[in-house]
Amino acid sequence: MKRDHVRKTILSVLFVVICIIYLMPIFTVLMNSFKTNSAINTETFAFPTEQSFTGADNYVNGINVGEYPFLKSAGYSLLITISSAALILVCTSMAAWYISRVNSIFARIVYYLCVFSMVVPFQMVMFTLAKTANTLHLDSPFTIPVIYLGFGAGLAVFMFAGFVKGIPLEIEEAAAIDGCGPVRTFFLIVFPMLKPVLISVGVLEIMWIWNDYLLPYLVLDRTKYKTIPIHIQYLQGSYGHVDLGAVMALIVISITPIVVFYLTAQKYIIKGVVEGAVKG
Amino acid sequence: MKRRTKSTNSALSATLIRRPIQRMFPLFLLPTFVAFCIGFVYPFGKGIYLSFCRFTTTSNARWIGLDNYIKAFKDASFVYAFKYTVLVAIVSLIVINVLAFAVAYALTRGIKGSNSFRTVFFMPNLIGGIVLGYIWSMIFSGILSRYGTSIVLSTTYGYWGLIILMAWQQIGYMMIIYIAGLQSVPGDLIEASKIDGANGWHTLWHITIPTIMPAITICTFLTLTNSFKLFDQNYVLNGGQPFVFMADGTVIRSTEMLALNIYNTFYLNANSRGTGQAKAVLFFVLVAAIALIQFSATRRKEMQQ
Repeated sequence: MKRDHVRKTILSVLFVVICIIYLMPIFTVLMNSFKTNSAINTETFAFPTEQSFTGADNYVNGINVGEYPFLKSAGYSLLITISSAALILVCTSMAAWYISRVNSIFARIVYYLCVFSMVVPFQMVMFTLAKTANTLHLDSPFTIPVIYLGFGAGLAVFMFAGFVKGIPLEIEEAAAIDGCGPVRTFFLIVFPMLKPVLISVGVLEIMWIWNDYLLPYLVLDRTKYKTIPIHIQYLQGSYGHVDLGAVMALIVISITPIVVFYLTAQKYIIKGVVEGAVKG
Repeated sequence: MKRRTKSTNSALSATLIRRPIQRMFPLFLLPTFVAFCIGFVYPFGKGIYLSFCRFTTTSNARWIGLDNYIKAFKDASFVYAFKYTVLVAIVSLIVINVLAFAVAYALTRGIKGSNSFRTVFFMPNLIGGIVLGYIWSMIFSGILSRYGTSIVLSTTYGYWGLIILMAWQQIGYMMIIYIAGLQSVPGDLIEASKIDGANGWHTLWHITIPTIMPAITICTFLTLTNSFKLFDQNYVLNGGQPFVFMADGTVIRSTEMLALNIYNTFYLNANSRGTGQAKAVLFFVLVAAIALIQFSATRRKEMQQ
Protein backbone atom coordinates (compact mmCIF):
# COMPACT_ATOMS: atom_id res chain seq x y z
CA MET A 1 0.00 0.00 0.00
CA LYS A 2 2.77 2.40 0.94
CA ARG A 3 4.72 1.59 -2.20
CA ASP A 4 1.67 2.39 -4.25
CA HIS A 5 1.41 5.76 -2.54
CA VAL A 6 5.03 6.60 -3.24
CA ARG A 7 4.60 5.60 -6.87
CA LYS A 8 1.57 7.85 -7.24
CA THR A 9 3.42 10.80 -5.75
CA ILE A 10 6.31 10.31 -8.13
CA LEU A 11 3.87 10.14 -11.03
CA SER A 12 2.22 13.36 -9.86
CA VAL A 13 5.53 15.19 -9.70
CA LEU A 14 6.48 13.84 -13.11
CA PHE A 15 3.24 15.18 -14.56
CA VAL A 16 3.78 18.59 -13.04
CA VAL A 17 7.09 18.74 -14.91
CA ILE A 18 5.53 17.47 -18.15
CA CYS A 19 2.70 20.01 -17.89
CA ILE A 20 5.17 22.85 -17.42
CA ILE A 21 7.01 21.72 -20.53
CA TYR A 22 3.69 21.35 -22.32
CA LEU A 23 2.77 24.93 -21.56
CA MET A 24 6.20 26.24 -22.56
CA PRO A 25 5.11 27.41 -26.03
CA ILE A 26 2.36 29.57 -24.55
CA PHE A 27 4.68 30.96 -21.84
CA THR A 28 7.29 31.75 -24.47
CA VAL A 29 4.79 33.74 -26.53
CA LEU A 30 3.66 35.62 -23.45
CA MET A 31 7.25 36.36 -22.44
CA ASN A 32 8.24 37.45 -25.92
CA SER A 33 5.28 39.79 -26.19
CA PHE A 34 7.14 41.97 -23.66
CA LYS A 35 10.54 41.84 -25.36
CA THR A 36 12.25 43.80 -28.12
CA ASN A 37 12.38 42.30 -31.61
CA SER A 38 16.10 41.60 -31.49
CA ALA A 39 15.76 39.87 -28.13
CA ILE A 40 12.98 37.66 -29.50
CA ASN A 41 15.25 36.60 -32.34
CA THR A 42 18.45 36.01 -30.40
CA GLU A 43 17.24 35.03 -26.91
CA THR A 44 13.89 33.42 -27.68
CA PHE A 45 13.63 31.48 -24.45
CA ALA A 46 15.13 33.99 -22.01
CA PHE A 47 13.11 36.07 -19.60
CA PRO A 48 12.93 39.77 -20.46
CA THR A 49 15.93 41.63 -19.06
CA GLU A 50 16.15 45.30 -18.25
CA GLN A 51 17.39 46.07 -21.77
CA SER A 52 14.99 43.84 -23.60
CA PHE A 53 11.83 44.61 -21.61
CA THR A 54 9.49 46.83 -23.58
CA GLY A 55 6.49 47.11 -21.29
CA ALA A 56 3.26 47.33 -23.24
CA ASP A 57 4.94 48.76 -26.36
CA ASN A 58 4.38 45.63 -28.41
CA TYR A 59 0.70 45.67 -27.56
CA VAL A 60 0.36 49.30 -28.58
CA ASN A 61 2.30 48.63 -31.79
CA GLY A 62 0.37 45.46 -32.49
CA ILE A 63 -2.93 47.23 -32.31
CA ASN A 64 -1.74 50.12 -34.49
CA VAL A 65 0.58 48.43 -37.01
CA GLY A 66 -0.52 48.22 -40.63
CA GLU A 67 -3.22 50.25 -42.35
CA TYR A 68 -5.99 48.06 -41.00
CA PRO A 69 -6.84 48.52 -37.30
CA PHE A 70 -6.61 45.33 -35.28
CA LEU A 71 -9.61 46.17 -33.14
CA LYS A 72 -11.75 46.23 -36.26
CA SER A 73 -10.62 42.70 -37.13
CA ALA A 74 -11.29 41.58 -33.58
CA GLY A 75 -14.75 43.14 -33.72
CA TYR A 76 -15.57 41.39 -36.99
CA SER A 77 -14.28 38.09 -35.60
CA LEU A 78 -16.57 38.44 -32.62
CA LEU A 79 -19.54 39.50 -34.75
CA ILE A 80 -19.11 36.67 -37.26
CA THR A 81 -18.57 34.02 -34.59
CA ILE A 82 -21.54 34.96 -32.42
CA SER A 83 -24.05 35.65 -35.18
CA SER A 84 -23.09 32.55 -37.20
CA ALA A 85 -23.23 30.27 -34.15
CA ALA A 86 -26.60 31.70 -33.11
CA LEU A 87 -28.00 31.32 -36.62
CA ILE A 88 -26.73 27.75 -36.88
CA LEU A 89 -28.20 26.78 -33.50
CA VAL A 90 -31.67 28.15 -34.19
CA CYS A 91 -32.01 27.12 -37.84
CA THR A 92 -30.50 23.65 -37.69
CA SER A 93 -32.33 22.65 -34.52
CA MET A 94 -35.60 23.59 -36.20
CA ALA A 95 -34.58 21.75 -39.34
CA ALA A 96 -33.57 18.66 -37.40
CA TRP A 97 -36.88 18.63 -35.54
CA TYR A 98 -38.78 18.99 -38.81
CA ILE A 99 -36.73 16.19 -40.39
CA SER A 100 -37.24 13.70 -37.55
CA ARG A 101 -40.92 14.46 -36.96
CA VAL A 102 -42.13 14.79 -40.54
CA ASN A 103 -39.84 12.13 -41.96
CA SER A 104 -41.03 12.60 -45.55
CA ILE A 105 -38.94 11.52 -48.52
CA PHE A 106 -37.76 15.09 -49.03
CA ALA A 107 -36.80 15.44 -45.35
CA ARG A 108 -34.85 12.20 -45.54
CA ILE A 109 -33.00 13.33 -48.65
CA VAL A 110 -31.99 16.56 -46.91
CA TYR A 111 -30.85 14.57 -43.89
CA TYR A 112 -28.68 12.21 -45.91
CA LEU A 113 -27.22 15.12 -47.86
CA CYS A 114 -26.29 16.68 -44.52
CA VAL A 115 -24.58 13.49 -43.36
CA PHE A 116 -22.80 13.30 -46.70
CA SER A 117 -21.58 16.89 -46.43
CA MET A 118 -19.69 15.99 -43.25
CA VAL A 119 -17.11 13.95 -45.16
CA VAL A 120 -16.51 16.60 -47.84
CA PRO A 121 -13.28 18.54 -47.20
CA PHE A 122 -13.38 22.30 -47.62
CA GLN A 123 -10.91 22.28 -50.52
CA MET A 124 -13.52 20.47 -52.62
CA VAL A 125 -15.88 23.44 -52.55
CA MET A 126 -13.63 26.39 -51.68
CA PHE A 127 -13.39 27.93 -55.13
CA THR A 128 -17.04 27.55 -56.14
CA LEU A 129 -18.26 28.50 -52.66
CA ALA A 130 -16.28 31.75 -52.69
CA LYS A 131 -17.61 32.61 -56.17
CA THR A 132 -21.19 31.80 -55.15
CA ALA A 133 -20.86 33.95 -52.04
CA ASN A 134 -19.56 36.85 -54.12
CA THR A 135 -22.35 36.57 -56.69
CA LEU A 136 -25.00 36.57 -53.98
CA HIS A 137 -23.29 39.38 -52.02
CA LEU A 138 -22.81 37.15 -49.01
CA ASP A 139 -19.23 38.42 -48.66
CA SER A 140 -19.57 40.76 -45.69
CA PRO A 141 -19.42 39.94 -41.95
CA PHE A 142 -23.16 40.63 -41.78
CA THR A 143 -24.08 38.08 -44.42
CA ILE A 144 -21.34 35.45 -44.03
CA PRO A 145 -23.40 33.68 -41.31
CA VAL A 146 -25.53 32.33 -44.18
CA ILE A 147 -22.42 30.67 -45.63
CA TYR A 148 -21.47 29.26 -42.26
CA LEU A 149 -25.01 27.96 -41.80
CA GLY A 150 -24.85 26.30 -45.20
CA PHE A 151 -21.42 24.73 -44.88
CA GLY A 152 -21.77 23.91 -41.19
CA ALA A 153 -25.34 22.59 -41.35
CA GLY A 154 -24.32 18.95 -41.84
CA LEU A 155 -22.81 18.22 -38.44
CA ALA A 156 -25.31 20.38 -36.54
CA VAL A 157 -28.37 18.79 -38.16
CA PHE A 158 -26.86 15.35 -37.60
CA MET A 159 -26.25 15.97 -33.90
CA PHE A 160 -29.66 17.57 -33.28
CA ALA A 161 -31.54 14.88 -35.20
CA GLY A 162 -29.79 12.18 -33.20
CA PHE A 163 -30.97 13.79 -29.98
CA VAL A 164 -34.53 14.55 -31.14
CA LYS A 165 -35.06 10.88 -31.98
CA GLY A 166 -34.66 10.11 -28.28
CA ILE A 167 -37.32 12.59 -27.12
CA PRO A 168 -40.63 10.77 -26.47
CA LEU A 169 -43.41 11.85 -28.80
CA GLU A 170 -45.99 11.86 -25.99
CA ILE A 171 -44.81 15.20 -24.64
CA GLU A 172 -45.38 16.92 -27.95
CA GLU A 173 -48.71 15.12 -28.41
CA ALA A 174 -49.86 16.35 -25.03
CA ALA A 175 -48.86 19.88 -25.98
CA ALA A 176 -50.73 19.58 -29.28
CA ILE A 177 -53.87 18.31 -27.53
CA ASP A 178 -53.65 21.28 -25.21
CA GLY A 179 -53.72 23.49 -28.27
CA CYS A 180 -50.05 24.27 -28.85
CA GLY A 181 -49.17 24.92 -32.48
CA PRO A 182 -45.87 23.61 -33.89
CA VAL A 183 -44.07 26.93 -33.37
CA ARG A 184 -44.96 27.15 -29.71
CA THR A 185 -44.39 23.45 -29.18
CA PHE A 186 -40.92 23.77 -30.60
CA PHE A 187 -39.78 26.92 -28.85
CA LEU A 188 -41.46 26.35 -25.49
CA ILE A 189 -41.11 22.58 -25.14
CA VAL A 190 -38.61 20.99 -27.52
CA PHE A 191 -35.98 23.73 -27.66
CA PRO A 192 -35.39 23.80 -23.87
CA MET A 193 -35.04 20.02 -23.88
CA LEU A 194 -32.26 20.30 -26.47
CA LYS A 195 -30.03 22.18 -24.02
CA PRO A 196 -27.21 19.60 -23.76
CA VAL A 197 -26.86 19.37 -27.57
CA LEU A 198 -27.29 23.12 -27.97
CA ILE A 199 -24.27 23.59 -25.72
CA SER A 200 -22.22 20.93 -27.51
CA VAL A 201 -23.05 22.21 -31.00
CA GLY A 202 -22.61 25.81 -29.85
CA VAL A 203 -19.13 25.16 -28.46
CA LEU A 204 -18.15 23.23 -31.57
CA GLU A 205 -19.31 25.96 -33.95
CA ILE A 206 -17.80 28.77 -31.88
CA MET A 207 -14.39 27.08 -31.77
CA TRP A 208 -14.54 26.36 -35.49
CA ILE A 209 -15.64 29.81 -36.65
CA TRP A 210 -13.40 31.80 -34.28
CA ASN A 211 -10.32 29.92 -35.49
CA ASP A 212 -11.35 29.54 -39.12
CA TYR A 213 -8.98 31.06 -41.62
CA LEU A 214 -9.51 29.85 -45.16
CA LEU A 215 -13.28 30.25 -45.48
CA PRO A 216 -13.46 33.91 -44.38
CA TYR A 217 -10.20 34.61 -46.26
CA LEU A 218 -11.74 33.42 -49.53
CA VAL A 219 -15.29 34.61 -48.97
CA LEU A 220 -14.93 38.04 -47.35
CA ASP A 221 -14.09 41.18 -49.28
CA ARG A 222 -10.63 41.43 -47.72
CA THR A 223 -10.01 45.08 -48.54
CA LYS A 224 -12.88 45.98 -46.22
CA TYR A 225 -13.14 43.14 -43.76
CA LYS A 226 -10.67 40.98 -41.86
CA THR A 227 -10.89 38.55 -38.97
CA ILE A 228 -8.18 37.95 -36.35
CA PRO A 229 -6.54 34.96 -38.11
CA ILE A 230 -6.55 36.85 -41.43
CA HIS A 231 -5.14 39.93 -39.72
CA ILE A 232 -2.28 38.00 -38.11
CA GLN A 233 -1.53 36.21 -41.35
CA TYR A 234 -1.42 39.55 -43.19
CA LEU A 235 1.02 41.08 -40.72
CA GLN A 236 3.37 38.15 -41.10
CA GLY A 237 2.95 37.63 -44.80
CA SER A 238 2.77 41.02 -46.45
CA TYR A 239 5.40 43.09 -44.68
CA GLY A 240 9.06 42.71 -45.58
CA HIS A 241 10.12 43.58 -42.06
CA VAL A 242 7.94 41.72 -39.60
CA ASP A 243 7.41 43.31 -36.21
CA LEU A 244 7.71 40.04 -34.28
CA GLY A 245 6.98 41.64 -30.93
CA ALA A 246 3.74 43.06 -32.27
CA VAL A 247 2.72 39.69 -33.69
CA MET A 248 3.45 38.03 -30.33
CA ALA A 249 1.28 40.63 -28.59
CA LEU A 250 -1.57 40.01 -31.03
CA ILE A 251 -1.28 36.26 -30.53
CA VAL A 252 -1.59 36.80 -26.78
CA ILE A 253 -4.62 39.03 -27.32
CA SER A 254 -6.26 36.51 -29.63
CA ILE A 255 -5.80 33.43 -27.44
CA THR A 256 -6.69 35.12 -24.15
CA PRO A 257 -10.48 35.01 -24.75
CA ILE A 258 -10.25 31.33 -25.70
CA VAL A 259 -8.25 30.45 -22.59
CA VAL A 260 -10.63 32.38 -20.33
CA PHE A 261 -13.64 30.83 -22.06
CA TYR A 262 -12.04 27.41 -21.66
CA LEU A 263 -11.17 27.78 -17.98
CA THR A 264 -14.66 28.97 -17.08
CA ALA A 265 -16.68 26.47 -19.12
CA GLN A 266 -14.19 23.64 -19.35
CA LYS A 267 -16.63 20.82 -18.74
CA TYR A 268 -18.95 21.88 -21.55
CA ILE A 269 -16.14 22.69 -23.94
CA ILE A 270 -14.43 19.34 -23.63
CA LYS A 271 -17.74 17.53 -23.92
CA GLY A 272 -18.86 19.61 -26.90
CA VAL A 273 -15.64 19.46 -28.87
CA VAL A 274 -15.21 15.74 -28.36
CA GLU A 275 -18.83 14.79 -28.97
CA GLY A 276 -18.87 16.41 -32.38
CA ALA A 277 -15.94 14.48 -33.71
CA VAL A 278 -16.84 11.18 -32.10
CA LYS A 279 -20.29 11.24 -33.62
CA GLY A 280 -19.15 12.65 -36.93
CA MET B 1 -56.15 -5.44 -30.77
CA LYS B 2 -52.70 -4.23 -30.12
CA ARG B 3 -52.10 -3.49 -33.76
CA ARG B 4 -55.21 -1.37 -33.97
CA THR B 5 -54.14 0.84 -31.09
CA LYS B 6 -50.81 1.26 -32.73
CA SER B 7 -52.31 2.34 -36.03
CA THR B 8 -54.77 4.71 -34.39
CA ASN B 9 -51.85 6.04 -32.44
CA SER B 10 -49.86 6.76 -35.55
CA ALA B 11 -52.90 8.31 -37.23
CA LEU B 12 -53.35 10.45 -34.18
CA SER B 13 -49.74 11.55 -34.13
CA ALA B 14 -49.95 12.28 -37.86
CA THR B 15 -52.79 14.74 -37.40
CA LEU B 16 -51.43 16.09 -34.14
CA ILE B 17 -47.73 16.28 -34.88
CA ARG B 18 -46.70 15.52 -38.42
CA ARG B 19 -49.10 17.54 -40.56
CA PRO B 20 -49.01 20.76 -38.51
CA ILE B 21 -45.22 20.70 -38.60
CA GLN B 22 -45.22 19.93 -42.29
CA ARG B 23 -47.35 23.00 -42.90
CA MET B 24 -44.65 25.08 -41.21
CA PHE B 25 -42.03 23.98 -43.73
CA PRO B 26 -41.13 27.56 -44.75
CA LEU B 27 -40.21 28.37 -41.16
CA PHE B 28 -38.58 25.18 -39.99
CA LEU B 29 -36.71 23.60 -42.87
CA LEU B 30 -36.56 26.19 -45.64
CA PRO B 31 -33.93 28.57 -44.15
CA THR B 32 -31.46 25.76 -43.46
CA PHE B 33 -32.26 24.14 -46.78
CA VAL B 34 -31.64 27.31 -48.78
CA ALA B 35 -28.40 28.07 -46.92
CA PHE B 36 -27.33 24.45 -47.33
CA CYS B 37 -27.89 24.70 -51.09
CA ILE B 38 -25.88 27.93 -51.27
CA GLY B 39 -23.11 26.77 -48.93
CA PHE B 40 -22.82 23.16 -49.96
CA VAL B 41 -25.04 21.54 -52.59
CA TYR B 42 -24.50 24.04 -55.40
CA PRO B 43 -20.75 24.59 -54.82
CA PHE B 44 -20.26 20.84 -54.59
CA GLY B 45 -22.14 20.08 -57.81
CA LYS B 46 -20.49 22.96 -59.63
CA GLY B 47 -17.12 21.80 -58.32
CA ILE B 48 -17.63 18.36 -59.82
CA TYR B 49 -18.68 19.93 -63.14
CA LEU B 50 -15.74 22.34 -63.20
CA SER B 51 -13.27 19.52 -62.66
CA PHE B 52 -14.04 18.53 -66.26
CA CYS B 53 -13.59 22.06 -67.56
CA ARG B 54 -10.90 24.56 -68.40
CA PHE B 55 -11.63 27.80 -66.54
CA THR B 56 -10.19 30.78 -64.71
CA THR B 57 -13.50 32.00 -63.29
CA THR B 58 -16.76 30.09 -62.97
CA SER B 59 -18.26 31.92 -65.96
CA ASN B 60 -15.71 31.03 -68.64
CA ALA B 61 -15.75 27.25 -68.16
CA ARG B 62 -15.26 25.07 -71.24
CA TRP B 63 -15.80 21.30 -71.15
CA ILE B 64 -12.57 19.38 -71.77
CA GLY B 65 -13.37 15.96 -70.37
CA LEU B 66 -10.77 14.11 -68.33
CA ASP B 67 -7.80 16.33 -69.20
CA ASN B 68 -7.67 17.89 -65.73
CA TYR B 69 -7.51 14.49 -64.08
CA ILE B 70 -4.76 13.33 -66.39
CA LYS B 71 -2.83 16.51 -65.65
CA ALA B 72 -3.36 16.05 -61.90
CA PHE B 73 -1.95 12.53 -62.00
CA LYS B 74 0.99 13.66 -64.11
CA ASP B 75 1.74 16.55 -61.76
CA ALA B 76 4.87 15.52 -59.86
CA SER B 77 4.15 17.99 -57.05
CA PHE B 78 0.71 16.44 -56.47
CA VAL B 79 2.09 12.91 -56.34
CA TYR B 80 4.82 14.14 -54.01
CA ALA B 81 2.29 15.93 -51.76
CA PHE B 82 0.27 12.74 -51.58
CA LYS B 83 3.26 10.68 -50.47
CA TYR B 84 4.33 13.36 -48.03
CA THR B 85 0.84 13.54 -46.55
CA VAL B 86 0.75 9.76 -46.10
CA LEU B 87 4.12 9.92 -44.36
CA VAL B 88 2.92 12.68 -42.03
CA ALA B 89 -0.35 10.85 -41.41
CA ILE B 90 1.24 7.53 -40.45
CA VAL B 91 3.92 8.92 -38.17
CA SER B 92 1.62 11.44 -36.48
CA LEU B 93 -0.97 8.70 -36.02
CA ILE B 94 1.50 6.54 -34.11
CA VAL B 95 3.10 9.36 -32.12
CA ILE B 96 -0.17 11.02 -31.11
CA ASN B 97 -2.03 7.84 -30.21
CA VAL B 98 0.77 6.22 -28.24
CA LEU B 99 1.42 9.39 -26.23
CA ALA B 100 -2.26 10.19 -25.75
CA PHE B 101 -2.94 6.68 -24.54
CA ALA B 102 0.02 6.76 -22.17
CA VAL B 103 -1.13 10.07 -20.69
CA ALA B 104 -4.73 8.88 -20.40
CA TYR B 105 -3.59 5.64 -18.75
CA ALA B 106 -1.46 7.50 -16.21
CA LEU B 107 -4.21 10.01 -15.48
CA THR B 108 -6.77 7.30 -14.71
CA ARG B 109 -4.54 5.78 -11.96
CA GLY B 110 -6.07 8.13 -9.42
CA ILE B 111 -3.05 10.38 -8.99
CA LYS B 112 -3.34 13.81 -7.39
CA GLY B 113 -4.05 16.69 -9.75
CA SER B 114 -5.35 14.53 -12.61
CA ASN B 115 -8.01 17.07 -13.49
CA SER B 116 -5.56 19.96 -13.70
CA PHE B 117 -3.23 17.89 -15.88
CA ARG B 118 -6.15 17.09 -18.16
CA THR B 119 -6.98 20.78 -18.44
CA VAL B 120 -3.42 21.57 -19.48
CA PHE B 121 -3.16 18.82 -22.08
CA PHE B 122 -6.43 19.74 -23.73
CA MET B 123 -5.76 23.47 -23.96
CA PRO B 124 -3.66 23.61 -27.18
CA ASN B 125 -6.58 22.01 -29.00
CA LEU B 126 -8.54 25.23 -28.77
CA ILE B 127 -5.93 27.40 -30.46
CA GLY B 128 -6.52 27.94 -34.15
CA GLY B 129 -4.20 26.59 -36.83
CA ILE B 130 -2.85 29.96 -37.95
CA VAL B 131 -1.89 31.11 -34.46
CA LEU B 132 -0.56 27.65 -33.65
CA GLY B 133 1.68 27.80 -36.69
CA TYR B 134 3.14 31.15 -35.67
CA ILE B 135 3.73 30.05 -32.09
CA TRP B 136 5.73 27.06 -33.23
CA SER B 137 7.56 28.81 -36.03
CA MET B 138 8.79 31.29 -33.42
CA ILE B 139 9.93 28.45 -31.17
CA PHE B 140 11.63 26.48 -33.93
CA SER B 141 13.41 29.56 -35.22
CA GLY B 142 14.53 30.28 -31.67
CA ILE B 143 16.09 26.84 -31.43
CA LEU B 144 17.38 26.41 -34.98
CA SER B 145 18.87 29.89 -35.33
CA ARG B 146 21.50 28.91 -32.75
CA TYR B 147 22.72 26.32 -35.22
CA GLY B 148 22.58 28.78 -38.09
CA THR B 149 19.63 27.14 -39.82
CA SER B 150 15.86 27.51 -40.03
CA ILE B 151 12.77 25.40 -40.43
CA VAL B 152 12.15 26.74 -43.93
CA LEU B 153 15.59 25.56 -45.09
CA SER B 154 15.28 21.89 -44.31
CA THR B 155 12.71 19.27 -45.28
CA THR B 156 13.69 17.11 -42.31
CA TYR B 157 13.19 19.91 -39.78
CA GLY B 158 9.98 20.95 -41.49
CA TYR B 159 8.67 17.41 -41.31
CA TRP B 160 9.47 16.80 -37.64
CA GLY B 161 8.43 20.33 -36.77
CA LEU B 162 5.00 19.64 -38.16
CA ILE B 163 4.78 16.32 -36.32
CA ILE B 164 5.68 18.02 -33.02
CA LEU B 165 3.13 20.75 -33.67
CA MET B 166 0.39 18.24 -34.47
CA ALA B 167 1.22 16.12 -31.45
CA TRP B 168 1.10 19.16 -29.19
CA GLN B 169 -2.26 20.12 -30.62
CA GLN B 170 -3.97 16.74 -30.69
CA ILE B 171 -2.64 14.68 -27.76
CA GLY B 172 -5.05 16.33 -25.31
CA TYR B 173 -8.00 15.65 -27.55
CA MET B 174 -7.28 11.98 -28.07
CA MET B 175 -6.43 11.71 -24.37
CA ILE B 176 -10.01 12.73 -23.49
CA ILE B 177 -11.44 9.98 -25.70
CA TYR B 178 -9.03 7.41 -24.24
CA ILE B 179 -9.88 8.50 -20.68
CA ALA B 180 -13.59 8.01 -21.40
CA GLY B 181 -12.79 4.57 -22.78
CA LEU B 182 -10.58 3.60 -19.85
CA GLN B 183 -13.18 4.69 -17.32
CA SER B 184 -15.70 2.35 -18.90
CA VAL B 185 -13.48 -0.71 -18.40
CA PRO B 186 -15.26 -2.69 -15.66
CA GLY B 187 -13.27 -2.65 -12.42
CA ASP B 188 -14.14 -6.24 -11.48
CA LEU B 189 -12.62 -7.45 -14.73
CA ILE B 190 -9.29 -5.91 -13.75
CA GLU B 191 -9.72 -7.18 -10.20
CA ALA B 192 -10.37 -10.69 -11.46
CA SER B 193 -7.30 -10.70 -13.68
CA LYS B 194 -5.20 -9.55 -10.74
CA ILE B 195 -6.54 -12.37 -8.58
CA ASP B 196 -5.69 -14.77 -11.38
CA GLY B 197 -2.11 -13.55 -11.05
CA ALA B 198 -1.80 -11.33 -14.11
CA ASN B 199 0.76 -8.53 -13.74
CA GLY B 200 0.21 -4.93 -14.87
CA TRP B 201 1.41 -5.48 -18.43
CA HIS B 202 -0.73 -8.57 -18.85
CA THR B 203 -3.82 -6.77 -17.62
CA LEU B 204 -3.12 -3.82 -19.90
CA TRP B 205 -2.48 -6.00 -22.93
CA HIS B 206 -5.16 -8.65 -22.52
CA ILE B 207 -7.95 -6.83 -20.69
CA THR B 208 -7.70 -3.06 -21.00
CA ILE B 209 -6.67 -2.65 -24.63
CA PRO B 210 -9.21 -5.12 -26.06
CA THR B 211 -12.04 -3.46 -24.12
CA ILE B 212 -11.17 0.03 -25.32
CA MET B 213 -10.84 -1.00 -28.97
CA PRO B 214 -13.74 1.33 -29.96
CA ALA B 215 -11.85 4.34 -28.56
CA ILE B 216 -8.72 3.22 -30.40
CA THR B 217 -10.65 2.98 -33.66
CA ILE B 218 -12.14 6.45 -33.21
CA CYS B 219 -8.79 8.04 -32.39
CA THR B 220 -7.00 6.28 -35.23
CA PHE B 221 -9.41 7.59 -37.82
CA LEU B 222 -9.61 11.03 -36.25
CA THR B 223 -5.86 11.52 -36.38
CA LEU B 224 -5.83 10.13 -39.91
CA THR B 225 -8.48 12.54 -41.24
CA ASN B 226 -6.94 15.42 -39.29
CA SER B 227 -3.63 14.82 -41.05
CA PHE B 228 -5.19 14.53 -44.47
CA LYS B 229 -7.21 17.72 -44.06
CA LEU B 230 -4.38 19.69 -42.43
CA PHE B 231 -3.98 23.10 -44.02
CA ASP B 232 -3.49 26.12 -41.73
CA GLN B 233 -0.56 24.70 -39.78
CA ASN B 234 1.22 23.55 -42.93
CA TYR B 235 0.57 26.88 -44.64
CA VAL B 236 1.94 28.97 -41.78
CA LEU B 237 4.76 26.84 -40.38
CA ASN B 238 6.76 26.70 -43.59
CA GLY B 239 4.36 27.04 -46.51
CA GLY B 240 5.88 24.01 -48.23
CA GLN B 241 9.44 25.38 -48.14
CA PRO B 242 12.14 24.47 -49.05
CA PHE B 243 11.29 24.37 -52.76
CA VAL B 244 13.03 22.06 -55.19
CA PHE B 245 13.20 23.12 -58.84
CA MET B 246 13.06 20.20 -61.26
CA ALA B 247 14.73 20.13 -64.67
CA ASP B 248 11.38 20.22 -66.49
CA GLY B 249 10.33 23.42 -64.76
CA THR B 250 8.00 21.96 -62.15
CA VAL B 251 8.48 23.08 -58.59
CA ILE B 252 8.27 20.54 -55.79
CA ARG B 253 7.44 22.22 -52.53
CA SER B 254 9.08 19.67 -50.33
CA THR B 255 6.96 20.00 -47.19
CA GLU B 256 3.65 20.62 -48.92
CA MET B 257 0.68 18.48 -47.99
CA LEU B 258 -2.35 17.70 -50.17
CA ALA B 259 -4.67 20.47 -48.99
CA LEU B 260 -1.97 23.10 -49.46
CA ASN B 261 -1.03 21.66 -52.86
CA ILE B 262 -4.64 22.05 -54.01
CA TYR B 263 -4.77 25.59 -52.66
CA ASN B 264 -1.55 26.51 -54.46
CA THR B 265 -2.76 24.95 -57.70
CA PHE B 266 -5.82 27.19 -57.54
CA TYR B 267 -4.35 30.46 -56.41
CA LEU B 268 -0.71 30.60 -57.51
CA ASN B 269 -1.63 30.24 -61.16
CA ALA B 270 -5.11 31.01 -62.48
CA ASN B 271 -4.53 28.82 -65.56
CA SER B 272 -4.26 25.64 -63.52
CA ARG B 273 -7.60 26.02 -61.76
CA GLY B 274 -9.13 23.14 -63.72
CA THR B 275 -6.36 20.88 -62.51
CA GLY B 276 -6.86 22.26 -59.00
CA GLN B 277 -10.53 21.36 -59.05
CA ALA B 278 -9.75 17.86 -60.34
CA LYS B 279 -7.24 17.44 -57.52
CA ALA B 280 -9.89 18.64 -55.08
CA VAL B 281 -12.31 15.98 -56.34
CA LEU B 282 -9.64 13.29 -55.93
CA PHE B 283 -8.90 14.65 -52.47
CA PHE B 284 -12.59 14.44 -51.61
CA VAL B 285 -12.79 10.84 -52.81
CA LEU B 286 -9.78 9.97 -50.66
CA VAL B 287 -11.16 11.61 -47.50
CA ALA B 288 -14.61 10.10 -48.10
CA ALA B 289 -13.05 6.67 -48.57
CA ILE B 290 -11.31 6.94 -45.21
CA ALA B 291 -14.62 7.94 -43.60
CA LEU B 292 -16.36 5.00 -45.27
CA ILE B 293 -13.77 2.53 -44.00
CA GLN B 294 -14.16 4.01 -40.53
CA PHE B 295 -17.92 3.67 -40.74
CA SER B 296 -17.80 0.02 -41.72
CA ALA B 297 -15.08 -0.70 -39.13
CA THR B 298 -17.16 0.71 -36.27
CA ARG B 299 -20.28 -0.98 -37.65
CA ARG B 300 -18.59 -4.38 -37.66
CA LYS B 301 -17.39 -3.87 -34.08
CA GLU B 302 -20.89 -3.00 -32.93
CA MET B 303 -22.35 -6.09 -34.58
CA GLN B 304 -19.86 -8.32 -32.84
CA GLN B 305 -20.85 -6.99 -29.45
